[in-house]
Amino acid sequence: MTTTNPANLIEARQQELIETFEMFSDWMEKYEHLIDLGKGLEALDEADRVEENLIKGCQSRVWLALKSNEGGRLHFTADSDAIITKGLVALTLNLLSNAPAELIATANLHSLQTIGLHEHLSPTRSNGLTSMVQQIKLAALKQC
Amino acid sequence: MPFDIQAIRRDFPILEREVHGQPLVYLDNAASAQKPLAVIEGVREYLAHHHANTHRSAHHLAAQATIALEKAREKIAAHLGAEHAQEIIFTSGTTDAINLVAQSWGRVKLGEGDVVLVTRDAHHAALVPWQMAAERCGARVEPLEIDEQGGIDRKAFKAQLSKLKPKMVVLGHVSNALGTVHDVERLCAMAREAGAATLVDGAQALPHLDIDVRQIGCDFYAVSAHKAYGPTGIGALYGRTEILESMPPWRGGGEMIDSVSFEGTTYGPLPFKFEAGTPNISGVIGFGLAIDWLNAVGRKNIRAHEDAVTAGATAALREIPGLRIVGPEGDTPKAPVISFVYAKPGLAPVHPADIATLLDQQGVAVRTGHHCTEPLMTKLGLAETGGTVRMSFAAYTTAEEVARAVAALHRALNMLL
Repeated sequence: MTTTNPANLIEARQQELIETFEMFSDWMEKYEHLIDLGKGLEALDEADRVEENLIKGCQSRVWLALKSNEGGRLHFTADSDAIITKGLVALTLNLLSNAPAELIATANLHSLQTIGLHEHLSPTRSNGLTSMVQQIKLAALKQC
Repeated sequence: MPFDIQAIRRDFPILEREVHGQPLVYLDNAASAQKPLAVIEGVREYLAHHHANTHRSAHHLAAQATIALEKAREKIAAHLGAEHAQEIIFTSGTTDAINLVAQSWGRVKLGEGDVVLVTRDAHHAALVPWQMAAERCGARVEPLEIDEQGGIDRKAFKAQLSKLKPKMVVLGHVSNALGTVHDVERLCAMAREAGAATLVDGAQALPHLDIDVRQIGCDFYAVSAHKAYGPTGIGALYGRTEILESMPPWRGGGEMIDSVSFEGTTYGPLPFKFEAGTPNISGVIGFGLAIDWLNAVGRKNIRAHEDAVTAGATAALREIPGLRIVGPEGDTPKAPVISFVYAKPGLAPVHPADIATLLDQQGVAVRTGHHCTEPLMTKLGLAETGGTVRMSFAAYTTAEEVARAVAALHRALNMLL
């Protein structure tokens, strides 16, 4: 992660994401990358794999838990039973997790448009991604 | 006429297109079949040169449109083996047809404590309308269980008939999720003997099987045109004359009446009393043309071709370790549908949605999930893990397409594991 002005933290992460996706020549490669991200996602505690943590609006099941608020930064963990969805979860958490609550709550995730995710994903997956971002922002807002 | 697969494919313009830069392999035919030129051009011709409202005005176009609509009704009646054309009610599809029966027949025949028996593998469209009707009058809906292979155990059915004494038995002719073909003739005979009315959901049967409602012996049979190469938004309900005449209309409007006054209204004869409002005339025309197309190619030819494609696909899929086909095996009759799940021993199952996404990326269209049969998926223990991947074939599916789909599946699984 680049050291940067905290106010630009999420924006800097978005630029990195855009640069990463520019390297791929087709969507099979992008999916391969998403699958890798999914496989690398920090494990969710079994205790957090509960009904209350399920995100509504996802085709496959997605659990999201706010783990800690240390040094003014929120840390989220998550999981999904579908690996591509899990990759999308990881990509989103890479952008939003470990950041100050206020930054998360007010973030404009324009990079998701730039890399063409919403355009390319099926409507159900795209809506699921939107639900997930909203859920993370909502959790952050409660911490503001 | 010999079955020429390349000639058939030329009838379907959509098969020439690409998806994500790859030639389309359309294996989601159980959700909706593609449309041949005869249907596309025929509907266009009707809209361009022959349209007017039916059964109303006295001018030339109206008369011609009425004749065309009634000819299509006769054609569909003959195709389904109905005795009279008036036994065919045009609906917006199978769902609409079943709702008609649940609301109209249910209103006069169902009461407190009555039982409606619905097969466990029924599509939600064959189940939910009955739950709604039952809720209104205090009746209840019970499942008619199926075995591991998706079949109905006749002994258990007989026991349920005598124990529950259902007023109505709802059967799927062909399971949309697993492809199981049920022996509806036998099952309807048993239900009739026990005094129950019968409704058969024929949505998945129309594109693949010879249907003869009188031989089946059902009271109602419901179909959709779009599963059988026709347009969306049009389908039909077959009902025996006697039973349809005993039922009240469920929707009011124009053309379903005999005379109307503020003191009271009397309703028209069959089939019009169930067809309030302007019908989907262009849809009916397309439906009729789809039936013509099916008959011109020949249902036996189509069946033989689809069986061969299904057998080839089944054999290729069976060679993939960890892949399990869900549903009928061996000689059990089956529609051209293959539902499967994938899990490497000791690892969590691969989510069907992941497989579908990577197949789609390679131009292969399949369906995943519960297939609108959640009670079935729950019973099979697949509801929590995202259901199954379903490949479903049609008259135009080739062995090459199946080979491409299987190769795409190998690539997807390699990426996912």
